[in-house]
Amino acid sequence: MVSITGSNDKSAATERISWLERLNSNRNLLGFLFMLPAALVLLVFLAYPLGLGVWLGFTDVKVGRPGHFIGFDNYEWLFQDDIFWLSVFNTFLYTSVASVIKFAIGLWLALLLNRNLPFKSFLRAIVLLPFIVPTVLSALAFWWIYDSQDSVISWTLIEMGLLDQPIDFLGNPNNARASVIAANIWRGIPFVAITLLAGLQTISPSLYEAATIDGANEWQRFRRITLPLLTPIIAVVMTFSVLFTFTDFQLIWVMTRGGPINATHLMATLSYQRAIIGGALGEGAAIAVAMIPFLLAAVLFSYFGLQRQKWQQGGRDD
Amino acid sequence: MSSVEIRDVRKTFGTTEVLHGIDVMVPDGSFTVLVGPSGCGKSTLLRLIAGLEKITSGEILIDGRVVNDSPPKQRDIAMVFQNYALYPHMKVFDNMAFSLRLAKLDRKEIEEKVRQAAEILDLGDYLERYPRQLSGGQRQRVAMGRAIVRDPQVFLFDEPLSNLDAKLRVQMRTEIRELHQRLNSTSIYVTHDQIEAMTMADHIVVMCDGGIEQIGAPLELYDKPDNMFVASFIGSPAMNLIEGTIEVVDGHAAVAVDNDIRLPLPPNLGAQHGTRVYYGVRPEHLSLTNGTAGVPLDVSVVEPTGADTLIVCKLKGKDVLASFKERHDLRPGQSIRLEPDTALVHLFDANDGKRL
Ligand SMILES: Nc1ncnc2c1ncn2[C@@H]1O[C@H](COP(=O)(O)OP(=O)(O)OP(=O)(O)O)[C@@H](O)[C@H]1O
Ligand SMILES: [Mg+2]
Repeated sequence: MVSITGSNDKSAATERISWLERLNSNRNLLGFLFMLPAALVLLVFLAYPLGLGVWLGFTDVKVGRPGHFIGFDNYEWLFQDDIFWLSVFNTFLYTSVASVIKFAIGLWLALLLNRNLPFKSFLRAIVLLPFIVPTVLSALAFWWIYDSQDSVISWTLIEMGLLDQPIDFLGNPNNARASVIAANIWRGIPFVAITLLAGLQTISPSLYEAATIDGANEWQRFRRITLPLLTPIIAVVMTFSVLFTFTDFQLIWVMTRGGPINATHLMATLSYQRAIIGGALGEGAAIAVAMIPFLLAAVLFSYFGLQRQKWQQGGRDD
Repeated sequence: MSSVEIRDVRKTFGTTEVLHGIDVMVPDGSFTVLVGPSGCGKSTLLRLIAGLEKITSGEILIDGRVVNDSPPKQRDIAMVFQNYALYPHMKVFDNMAFSLRLAKLDRKEIEEKVRQAAEILDLGDYLERYPRQLSGGQRQRVAMGRAIVRDPQVFLFDEPLSNLDAKLRVQMRTEIRELHQRLNSTSIYVTHDQIEAMTMADHIVVMCDGGIEQIGAPLELYDKPDNMFVASFIGSPAMNLIEGTIEVVDGHAAVAVDNDIRLPLPPNLGAQHGTRVYYGVRPEHLSLTNGTAGVPLDVSVVEPTGADTLIVCKLKGKDVLASFKERHDLRPGQSIRLEPDTALVHLFDANDGKRL
């Protein structure tokens, strides 16, 4: 470590120098001091709201009325609440179906964009588009696309003679589920595709050439070279994708508000509805807290998945 | 093992032609080196032979069979890349076994072939390591191992030693030569380093700007370069090329550089009086003389390397290099006289650079 305030600052008082020098030589203390501001910020802005949320989950606070500590009562009620369990089911359905499809289409797009296509940068820009549009705006657009009377999709299908009455996208529970999942996929693909594309571009083309000469066909090159080398990035991308999808709120809230008959209520929307709309802050907080174990599981999964694979360890780069 | 024949091969990228009609015959079992300055198209030619790029026109034959449209897999070649291109997620063993597994050989056979290659290359202790855990020289050997397990008809090397340090490069040079003598397989080796070419090759193909300048054995190129490019490219330090005019006085020919400087030529040279030429003489073919013989020069730099001493002199503002086996006590600024060995002088036409 280079000492800036150290011994060449002859004019300063000697005791001050020695104090600074001692500090300087003690890396642990110095490290702690440097970390302090960041730790404080984290504490105030992250830990406090989280702690408050957890605390609220143990109370019967209502909007405008201070509550009391009621232990696990909120959780016991939730445990017997069918709508809560429906929202858990919905959340899992939403997350798993959307994530799997986002991954499949995203990887496919990334592979496509990684080739030497004409108008390459233009195509990449187009793929990014859904990501740039504000969520609320795209949700509104989908709301309109899925309109029960004037839906573009229904209209086109009717014009083509494939259908004789409009599809009730958001009115029927299963249609609604499929519709919001489709919207989420549309919205989430750019993140997956562009990140995987960045990953693909780190793979040296000479590896593919070597594999070609070794006799690998296109599928074998994908299976034996691309996929294993992309795994670390796939782990990161999919963890984030799962986290974003699991906690999704805006899309659903704008399009369906959890309806029809709670068929599209996710844990996040249910929590918001109970806490803010219904005023039962304690209960809403308990629903939100119930999401934590699942999120934690996803983060742990990524933590272990993200650990440098064995072949990535060791010395220099090539 | 087999020969490789390249017939009038051209290659264009977009609208730029980078290879302008290449003809090379690589005999069965030979070690042929493609050498030339950066960007002259050596790698492109090698990639065409490998089938990694499609040729624009012409023919490539391996073992007498036209392979223009065969994919790399069917050409039975192996290639060692400059950056080795080892699969980072596979252990050394799996790197070497990759092609064999794709060819669906059975386990025992694969194991045996890999162990055998590892033994030849002295890699036995590293089979369970990942490429990242190897030194540059070891990685280089793994890349070679990956090539030799396949027992291909032709080995292609694209500057395989350029990422190694000077000492290791010399060592690997010998190892590759020994390997070639042992396996005796046709090899085509690309380098931009003429010393590598001279020391390793049976045949050298000198390339420049997408064309071939000369093909021949190393000493042939050194003794009888076809043109000024080959003359200056082959040999280190490079040949001196001094511009002048042939003067024939009383049947004695010489090259006049200036009014007062005459460079001697061998007798009975059928040179025309008044021809503009380049006078080529290698630094090692100049010797110090006393008295009035030779050409007067001023020493500007002295570079002792131990084995020999290189001196840079000025002749009419141009650098002239001389190298001596003996040690002379020379200092910058000193005036000396150098005499070329006329039997080893080369003359090139100043217009087209061809040997006269
Ligand atoms: N894919 C390509 N597209 C366009 N031009 C290319 C392509 N590949 C090579 N070239 C051009 O072809 C010429 C020959 O390139 P090549 O890589 O064969 O040179 P090289 O002799 O191997 O040089 P080096 O010693 O630097 O490796 C260069 O001018 C290069 O710019
Ligand atoms: Mg090259």
